[in-house]
Amino acid sequence: MADNKNIMIVGVGGQGTLLASRILGNVIIDLGFDVKVSEVHGMSQRGGSVVTYVKYGEKVSSPIIDKSEADIILAFERLEALRALPFLKKGGKMIVNDRSINPMPVITGAAEYPEGIIDTLKQNADVISLDALELAEKAGSIKAVNVVLIGVLAKSTDIPYEVWVETIKKTVPEKFLEINLKAFELGYRI
Amino acid sequence: MKKLLLGNAAVARGAYEAGCKLVSSYPGTPSTEITESVVEYDNIYVEWAPNEKVAAEVAIGASIAGGRAMSCMKHVGLNVMADPVFTVSYIGANGGLVFCVADDPGMHSSQNEQDSRHYAEAAKIPMLEPSDSSECKEFTKAAFKLSEEFDTPVFIRLSTRVSHSQSLVELCDPEDAPLKDYEKNIPKHVMMPAMAKGRHVVVEQRTEKLKALAVNCNFNKVEKNGSKIGVIAAGTTYVYAKEALGDKVDYLKLGLVYPLSENLIKNFAKDYDELWVIEELDPVIETFVKSIGVKCKGKECFTLLGEYSQNMIKKAVLGIDTESIPEAAIPNRPPVLCVGCPHRGTFYVLKKLGLTVSGDIGCYTLGAVAPLQSVDTTICMGASVSAAHGMAKVRGEEFNKKLVSVIGDSTFIHSGITGLIDIVYNKGANTVIILDNSITGMTGHQQNPTTGKTIRGEATKQVDLELLCKAVGVERVRIEDPFDLKGFEAAVKEELAADEPSVIIAQRPCALLKSVKYTGRCTVEADKCKSCKMCMKLGCPAISFKDGKAVIDHSQCNGCGLCVNVCPFGAIKKEEK
Ligand SMILES: Cc1ncc(C[n+]2csc(CCOP(=O)(O)OP(=O)(O)O)c2C)c(N)n1
Ligand code: SF4
Ligand code: SF4
Repeated sequence: MADNKNIMIVGVGGQGTLLASRILGNVIIDLGFDVKVSEVHGMSQRGGSVVTYVKYGEKVSSPIIDKSEADIILAFERLEALRALPFLKKGGKMIVNDRSINPMPVITGAAEYPEGIIDTLKQNADVISLDALELAEKAGSIKAVNVVLIGVLAKSTDIPYEVWVETIKKTVPEKFLEINLKAFELGYRI
Repeated sequence: MKKLLLGNAAVARGAYEAGCKLVSSYPGTPSTEITESVVEYDNIYVEWAPNEKVAAEVAIGASIAGGRAMSCMKHVGLNVMADPVFTVSYIGANGGLVFCVADDPGMHSSQNEQDSRHYAEAAKIPMLEPSDSSECKEFTKAAFKLSEEFDTPVFIRLSTRVSHSQSLVELCDPEDAPLKDYEKNIPKHVMMPAMAKGRHVVVEQRTEKLKALAVNCNFNKVEKNGSKIGVIAAGTTYVYAKEALGDKVDYLKLGLVYPLSENLIKNFAKDYDELWVIEELDPVIETFVKSIGVKCKGKECFTLLGEYSQNMIKKAVLGIDTESIPEAAIPNRPPVLCVGCPHRGTFYVLKKLGLTVSGDIGCYTLGAVAPLQSVDTTICMGASVSAAHGMAKVRGEEFNKKLVSVIGDSTFIHSGITGLIDIVYNKGANTVIILDNSITGMTGHQQNPTTGKTIRGEATKQVDLELLCKAVGVERVRIEDPFDLKGFEAAVKEELAADEPSVIIAQRPCALLKSVKYTGRCTVEADKCKSCKMCMKLGCPAISFKDGKAVIDHSQCNGCGLCVNVCPFGAIKKEEK
């Protein structure tokens, strides 16, 4: 059990975290591991915080990741990265899309969006931060942010490059394949 | 073949492999995807019913007629269908009859945290509880068999984490489960006092037989690791405990959570210095264990509230604290109405008029969140209409002139219409606003009787809300566009002034529907913006204030145009992309 890998994907409802977890889940099955992918549907998807847990290894029991259990956290947004930080293992890796989406309490002025999030993250974790939106635009569509981030994640795991590419080919519709493969590549090579 | 399946999809697969003939449900998170997944199987008749009571009765009818049938609902849906469920326990099942109920510990998407296991005991219906997707499928198949073998409906209890986690499932070919014969059987099928007395005897005998089964069945499993600590767990808490405690303890995993067996538990408990019952929500198993004179630890070291987790279990049972990076005090991110949501116009007007808003359940419950904060009450589906009637009756006419009910199209059909009939019949003068967004939004966009489409997307008759309201005796019924803020405001004022019941159908489709195509986007002309913050009252996530001026985030704005009508200085302009 010690060798199981725990990956958390966090973001804001509507950001496309679901496709990211689908690709990751499919990659893991192709490798023949036991796997559990868990996310909460419903209310939170209306612009609230969304969290997906992906766990794999010889045998996975619990579908959820508790505090201090995540090997890697893939954050689609800065504030959500900070919120998820307590779930990271000591020495764990945080991949963060350096972008902010204001939550309603910030918009209404009831709260302030924290400053210096990336620095706080760096004090506590091994951080890769990037502007995935810019890379997605370069790949040809701002919608490919999730696949750029999957590219970065792929590089941080020991799962072979080819497995990822094959899975993306199987998961993404033909029409968007070229853009998505390019987006993956840009993420993988940063 | 192994496939990664959601717990919910695995229940659907189980029904398919069991040769289930019919599934009728009403949506509700976290159960919705079970019925949606049934759509994949052409040979199962599947439908969205108007509410859970109807859904359960449809399934019961199918079972009596000899076909295997299932109905799926969230925990509070079980309250709505409780009436037929308690009595079908007496009738039993001809074709296997399964009710799949999903609880929501932690209330990710619910208005309460009730524990549906109480229903199993109260209705004397056996209940199975799977821990992962593979068990979801196997238990569902087994539930149909159990139902026919013991002549009883069977509950499957899920929870959010089981419903919404994907894990590997081995797919099998469907079984052949031909229709059983239908026979007229008045003593068994007509529940009037004389017959029900006889059936009650059968129910009690059945429960005794099920207790005997519990001692030796595949649902309950003992796992020995040579420990002096024993753990009894089921569903989610079993997998959490396995991960937290590994082989440091022995386990009794309960898959059949009702009825519980005294023999099984005593036999397991006798080997341990320390016995734990680990269960989320209410101490159902623990109470039973204590009632048979077996000592155990449970709720005194855990909680009645919310979900359990690995760290929590490690701490309670092994006394091990897990260190983690401390939580920072940061703004939370509550869900909000989407950009372009039709409900935003309605709540903007209701807030502006300072009305008391008797609310209901759906996306529009988010009208209670800042800055709209328009909704006063939310109780259960349908209550917006009936509760407002009660408010008006005790507080009188003046209060009623500043009181409206808001209710979605799906919710109105579910149980709002009966409240409206009450108002008309008992001479109320309430104003009810039906938020007709052409879909069941909150639960992820299901068709309903007002949308003109079935669950399989086929065209069907559509309930005409206007005619329906007129038919029950409401003479003042009008259709308005909630994005026409002036017109909508005038309509609300007029209907509130009337001394008779009235209905406003606020008609504009949900912004997420494929058929809705807003184009372009809005921009604030900074030099025209006088910083009045009127646009901020909309609570649109695309609009914020920077350096004393409103700004619109183009990556979020969908061009719905609502804000254009709100700015008194004409500073917001819509441009096509
Ligand atoms: C008894 C019961 N069944 C199901 C639910 C889950 N649920 C909450 S709101 C809702 C329907 C919302 O649809 P609608 O009234 O059309 O409003 P919308 O979300 O589209 O605005 C459902 C099914 C519930 N809360 N209670
Ligand atoms: S899903 Fe539709 S009805 Fe629900 S908040 Fe979004 S736009 Fe509004
Ligand atoms: S900014 Fe205006 S046009 Fe854009 S989504 Fe919000 S209300 Fe609609």
